[in-house]
Amino acid sequence: MRPSIIIRLKGVEKTLGGQPVLRGVDLDIPKGDITTIIGPSGEGKSVLLKHIIGLMRPDRGQVLVDGVNLAQTHDRALNEIRKKFAMLFQSAALFDSMNVFENVAFPLREKRLVSESDVQRYVPEMLERVGLGKMGHKFPAELSGGMKKRTGLARALVVRPEIILFDEPTTGLDPLMAYAIHELIVSMHKTFGFTGIMVSHEIPEIFSLSDWVAMLKNGKILAMERSDEFQRLSDPLVREFISIPNAMAAS
Amino acid sequence: MNVIQAIGARVIAWIEEMGAMLLFLLRSFGWLFRPPLRLFQIIKQLHFVGFKSTFVVMLTALFTGMVLALQGYYSLRKFGSEGLLGSAVALSIIRELGPVLASLMVTARAGSAMTAEIGIMRITEQIDAMETMAINSLQYLITPKIVASLISVPLLVALFDVVGIGGGYVVAVKLLGVSGGSYWSSIESAVEWKDVYGGILKSISFGLIISWVCCYKGYFTKMSAEGLGEATTEAVVLAAVLILVWDYFLTSILL
Repeated sequence: MRPSIIIRLKGVEKTLGGQPVLRGVDLDIPKGDITTIIGPSGEGKSVLLKHIIGLMRPDRGQVLVDGVNLAQTHDRALNEIRKKFAMLFQSAALFDSMNVFENVAFPLREKRLVSESDVQRYVPEMLERVGLGKMGHKFPAELSGGMKKRTGLARALVVRPEIILFDEPTTGLDPLMAYAIHELIVSMHKTFGFTGIMVSHEIPEIFSLSDWVAMLKNGKILAMERSDEFQRLSDPLVREFISIPNAMAAS
Repeated sequence: MNVIQAIGARVIAWIEEMGAMLLFLLRSFGWLFRPPLRLFQIIKQLHFVGFKSTFVVMLTALFTGMVLALQGYYSLRKFGSEGLLGSAVALSIIRELGPVLASLMVTARAGSAMTAEIGIMRITEQIDAMETMAINSLQYLITPKIVASLISVPLLVALFDVVGIGGGYVVAVKLLGVSGGSYWSSIESAVEWKDVYGGILKSISFGLIISWVCCYKGYFTKMSAEGLGEATTEAVVLAAVLILVWDYFLTSILL
């Protein structure tokens, strides 16, 4: 039985700098699961994520979040929908004028979600969960790549979002740190039960942590299946893309 | 045909940019009147644009006043009118040099920093991150800078005027031997409220130009270090040129 759908993309097209990037993407994101989008570099996976959260608007097509079309909403309505979301950026995108604690507290304070005394309680608790218990006073410039990603994850999780987007969460990290971040995402998913949409190149690791895998190729979704079924697909383009890293990992 | 096409494309791109700049300004202003009021951000920007520019503005003012007195003294002495030195210094500073030079110094010091700061936030996706948190980046980043510039620049110009006239006094009276009484009385008789008012009006509009141009160039910077360098240069040059051009038109209306 297919689970309920929280985000639906219908025929999304986008041209950037004269180059067509998305050429009619149809994609359904199941609620409460982790869906990973894979595909060659430069295929527009990050562009696709930016469409899902309304940072980019499609030239044609629809992006439906809980039935609301983001392509046609104005700023204020878009902000309402964005309250369901959080995003972990490839670069972590921490505010470099603020320390770790202030970064994590920022969405809580700015949106006045909770009182200041609750901020003082929630933020250290969240930092503890991502393994940055004593790092609250550090500034982003003083952190390693892994710590930045952890801080970004804490900032995304602290608002208890329904949906979290992960843009290549382990790019630029050593294998051990990448493993740690993947474990963290899985354990946080178990704890908080959000819908996760991830863009990643980490094959084969993503098969064990994702419920669903979709492949973007030539501006379209080539295939989307449950993680275990995806690995058995016979499509030559899929096989080519997933077999080489798999073979390398095996050797 | 290609030449005409190329010219046409340039003109269209130019008009599009003008439109984008105007929309950027109107939207940033619009966010001032919607809650929440970013008071802390405004105060932070007042400190940065206003307070931190006081030293450089005072220094510029001091030497501008001093050189005006020196130049004016030798010109006026030919006609035996050294007594008018005070009014020459004060009118030049209050009407023209105060608003223009103080604004150019603010552009160089605070305007360039605005472009660089916002541009880096754009390149490192900090602005996108803010937007994904349902926080409007114009309201959080741009509106406070515009408000702070509108308040700070006129105050800095007032400071420039006072220090500049003081610098003129030191050179005229203490070094060149003009009588102190005639220096002040010529200012009192020559400077009218209209001159001061015109200077304030100019400085408010210059404050708007600085924050508008510099924030716009940073917000829409190209996504590279080179692009940000270009954006900062363009911002400073465009703001400075606009200040001088607008100064001419405003002067011709005010006179």
